[in-house]
Amino acid sequence: MLLKKKDLSHKLKNFTINFGPQHPAAHGVLRLILELDGEVVTRADPHIGLLHRGTEKLIEHKTYLQALPYFDRLDYVSMMAQEHTYSLSVENILNIKVPRRAQLIRVIFCEITRILNHLLAVGCHAMDVGAMTPFLWAFEEREKLMEFYERVSGARMHAAYIRPGGVSCDIPTGLLDDIFLFIKQFNLRIDEIEEMLTSNRIWKERLVDIGVVSAKSAVEWGFSGVMLRGSGIPWDLRKTNPYEIYNELDFYIPLGNNGDCFDRYLIRVEEMRQSLNLLSQCINIITSGPVKACDFKINPPARNEIKNSMEALIHHFKVYTEGVIVPHGETYTATEAPKGEFGVYLVSNGNERPYRCKIKAPGYGHLQALDFMSRGHMIADVVTIIGTQDIVFGEVDR
Amino acid sequence: MYLVFKNIIPYIVYQKYNNENSLVISVENLAFSLKCLKNHYNYKYTLLSCLSGVDLLGSTYRFSVVYDILSLTYNSRLRVKVFINEVTAVPSACNIYVNANWWEREVWDMYGIYFENHPDLRRILTDYGFEGHPLRKDFPLYGYLEVRYDESKKRVVLEPLELSQAFRQFNFETPW
Repeated sequence: MLLKKKDLSHKLKNFTINFGPQHPAAHGVLRLILELDGEVVTRADPHIGLLHRGTEKLIEHKTYLQALPYFDRLDYVSMMAQEHTYSLSVENILNIKVPRRAQLIRVIFCEITRILNHLLAVGCHAMDVGAMTPFLWAFEEREKLMEFYERVSGARMHAAYIRPGGVSCDIPTGLLDDIFLFIKQFNLRIDEIEEMLTSNRIWKERLVDIGVVSAKSAVEWGFSGVMLRGSGIPWDLRKTNPYEIYNELDFYIPLGNNGDCFDRYLIRVEEMRQSLNLLSQCINIITSGPVKACDFKINPPARNEIKNSMEALIHHFKVYTEGVIVPHGETYTATEAPKGEFGVYLVSNGNERPYRCKIKAPGYGHLQALDFMSRGHMIADVVTIIGTQDIVFGEVDR
Repeated sequence: MYLVFKNIIPYIVYQKYNNENSLVISVENLAFSLKCLKNHYNYKYTLLSCLSGVDLLGSTYRFSVVYDILSLTYNSRLRVKVFINEVTAVPSACNIYVNANWWEREVWDMYGIYFENHPDLRRILTDYGFEGHPLRKDFPLYGYLEVRYDESKKRVVLEPLELSQAFRQFNFETPW
């Protein structure tokens, strides 16, 4: 048999592997199809939707108040931040103002949520990369924060506490004292986590210069939140479009220089410190007062009024059976959720159910850049990049 | 605000909801308008933050596609809307905004709005082999199929949906 030269030159075919959906570093149910050239990623194709629950469809069939708890279940590590966005969007169409105490409570819980989220983001990121200890420390702190959730709403995670027109009820006595105690000790906990990570050689080797995003491509890919600030763009909706009382509070937004994973890690840590700062400011300026907008067509009256007034009873009944009537209108409301810009595009056609409620989840936008960010990196760096994007599948798949 | 867009962007209607601006643009002018809004020195809407579809069942134009764009330079948001019927395709914005890719795939998946010249128009959120477009208003909330694990076949099977009680929607007449 004669061997021809063209038969000998064999073509190399890239190796394609399935990453997930049961991979622990896939942060849930990400099925990632990776095309590998040796160990170098040449293409990453995320297949999402394995956790699709049809939230937007369900919301169209619910009243405005019934739709609220779905928002807790989107990004299940930053629950109240999303309720908050939804509540703001409904308030935007209704055009109502929220009492000051309610605004402060909202800010307190949004910042608690930010710490809650960043603890998980940093902790799980560290665990994906191989450091187990910070994860365990972070979860102990998360437990304390979820207790604050529990004390105001009765639920550790899916609180449904921030509602259109205010918050569902006033905070219990003694909560602010305990938040103060938490603030006092939490700084040390961040220091401990930082001691383990920030100057750790292995951590730096895994993160520095991995997943570099330039400022230009960060905008191009529609990034928001930490992903955008990591590339050095000073954009934080709390500063640029202040909602609630953020314009009265004193804080700064940390920025990255290189746009790599390590910068984003540092930003998350610094944001936790800033949130602590915000929390203590809020605790200092909070005053007593109502926690709901005083409009019985939107918020049900107080319990003792229901016991004494027929009209209040009717209002209560109507709000909880028929729901709140929201006038014609539409809004795109975005807030700075811990993961980035969380937006709600709400269209109302003048009855008690939203006509359309589009949820703009930051993770969805970030995940589609995974291909761009991981191209040319080693397969182990894909894990780092998924970690730095802070993906949670509840919000990506909706 | 509409004066800023006048004579430059070929919009049909300018709408204002509270302090949010939106422009209605015809499908033919969409690509040009988006390009202009992105690159014009006075607009710089460089970031596409959200792209959504809306089903307006019963009106002349059944669907609308809504682009929420953001200008980091001028700290301004703008909503661009196009209205289309079932057979019209929308030009893909992927060559203008890179991240329109997945958002358009989602709109295609959920509403069946076709995007012309899209590089990779596959379903994204629904299951492999799913049929229909679930966010359309004429798609029932419970869908058509149900899933269960078949012990004899040793795999998951899809069967036509059987509900013991139909879904009830309470529509109140509102006297107040």
